[in-house]
Amino acid sequence: MRTKIVLAGIQLLLATAGFAQQKKPVTKSPVAGLKASITAGEAVYTQFCVSCHLPDGGGVENLNPPLIKTAFINGPKPRLITTVLNGMGQVEINGERYNNVMPSFNYLTDKQVADVLTFVRNSFGNKKPAVTAMDVKITRAKVVK
Amino acid sequence: MKKVFVYAGVIAAIFCTTLADAQTSVKPVLKITDDNAGLKLPAKFKATILAENMGKARHIVVTPQGGIYVRLAKPVNGKGTIYLQEANGKAVVKNGFGNYGGTGIYIKDGYLYSSSNEEVFRYKLDAKNEVINPAAPEKIVTGLINRWQHETKSLVLDNEGNIYVNIGAWLNSCQEKDRQKGSMGRKGCPMLDSAGGIWMFKHDKLNQTYADGVRYATGLRNIVGLDWNQQNNQLFVMQHGRDQLHDIFPDLYTVQQSALNPAECMFALKKGDDAGWPYLYYDLAQHKNILAPEYGGDGKTAADSKYLEPAAAYPAHMAPNGLLFYTGNQFPEKYKNGAFIAFHGSWNRSPEPQAGYFVVFQPFKDGKPAGEWEIFADNFSGSPEKTASGRADHRPCGLAQGPDGSLYVTDDSKGFLYKITYTP
Repeated sequence: MRTKIVLAGIQLLLATAGFAQQKKPVTKSPVAGLKASITAGEAVYTQFCVSCHLPDGGGVENLNPPLIKTAFINGPKPRLITTVLNGMGQVEINGERYNNVMPSFNYLTDKQVADVLTFVRNSFGNKKPAVTAMDVKITRAKVVK
Repeated sequence: MKKVFVYAGVIAAIFCTTLADAQTSVKPVLKITDDNAGLKLPAKFKATILAENMGKARHIVVTPQGGIYVRLAKPVNGKGTIYLQEANGKAVVKNGFGNYGGTGIYIKDGYLYSSSNEEVFRYKLDAKNEVINPAAPEKIVTGLINRWQHETKSLVLDNEGNIYVNIGAWLNSCQEKDRQKGSMGRKGCPMLDSAGGIWMFKHDKLNQTYADGVRYATGLRNIVGLDWNQQNNQLFVMQHGRDQLHDIFPDLYTVQQSALNPAECMFALKKGDDAGWPYLYYDLAQHKNILAPEYGGDGKTAADSKYLEPAAAYPAHMAPNGLLFYTGNQFPEKYKNGAFIAFHGSWNRSPEPQAGYFVVFQPFKDGKPAGEWEIFADNFSGSPEKTASGRADHRPCGLAQGPDGSLYVTDDSKGFLYKITYTP
């Protein structure tokens, strides 16, 4: 419960800070759009992500980071999108090291990246706004790599 | 200025979340109700838990007096090695020393050898095999590569005053871009001059570096479990095979093929051997070394026959972390001079079920694997479902033999120490 309140607090703060550039949903039915994106994202996850992050999103101790309620997953969308597009080196999360590198997935389409991140941000106990193909397009254009 | 405040607020909020999570995620210790510490063992064997919550307990040695040294991957309260003694069915921590994490530990001729992820130290032992001066070890080897992938420096000694140290490859398969789909292998894999093999050093010379050591065997991706076979005076090692054949080359390997290959291999090493990583992997079904796709392989083409063949092969990705030749008299005759192997358990078999989290027995005859391996101690994970999901309660890592022939097993997940005994 406390976690929820704090998370809500973060969300508010992030919004205040202008991190979360939330566009108004363009689809006529946002709920149906979210559902479709999650379903499509699950297929992308199964094809490209599951071997390291595992079906429950828990990752692998010492090697591959978890995707469950981390500040990273729930954090600003551009950072998350950049990670998928560029990959990531070794990281430390909550005091634990994760030593395997994450390769670049820049060959995925804007929609695939949006769907898989929407799936992750609405699975494994996460509940965060969708990532849209437009979000990915904007970030991809800024990413020089 | 206002923005700075908001940023500080965000950071504070994240910090609070972490604390809250940490408080709610403390789980009670697994309750053991049966008389085998939750493990499944052959008839007449019994397991007990000697210690719990030791930390990330890696390799272990037991002295002739029954003293137990355990290496921790991460120091606990500034102690990277702990020393325990048994009393009334429990092992009690007597002291700890060495503010460095690591895996390797071994006793030979009055010294305790211990490795961090970059160095090897030794501590002089007294007549009771207790460390005389824990604060002042001799630094035997220094400056070994640690790039936080396959960084642990497992070690063992022979009978001629040599230390053998694993220096793991710091990439999965020596690709231009590590684990990147379609990225090909680096030509000649330059890292093999300083990693991806076993290095030999003198046991008593201080501050040795690469220049003082000998690359004893190469083409070994990462060795965690290793032991000296006294019967034929030879080094045996267990390799962690490469990951992600399908992820990197989806056109050549299905997810199933990738889950089931390559085999985890045991090698019997001689000086100068080349086991062929990253140019090959061992295919469990085809029973041969296959040219790696990073170096032009297609999943079928055999590798150059100049490379070493494994002495034995086991199912893929199960992560052999401990190897011990059993020389005791307590267990039945068939175990004598055979090998116990602790399989830490897989992660790279998804979406297929994960596997491992057990201790295997490999029969030996005349210093060579002879006959089929069998699962000796199972269910470290807690249940078949936990094995399949990879969410194991316990993960076996280090193995040691006690003076009475009992087998000791560490768990680096919850820091349990198991003792397995046999009563006819």
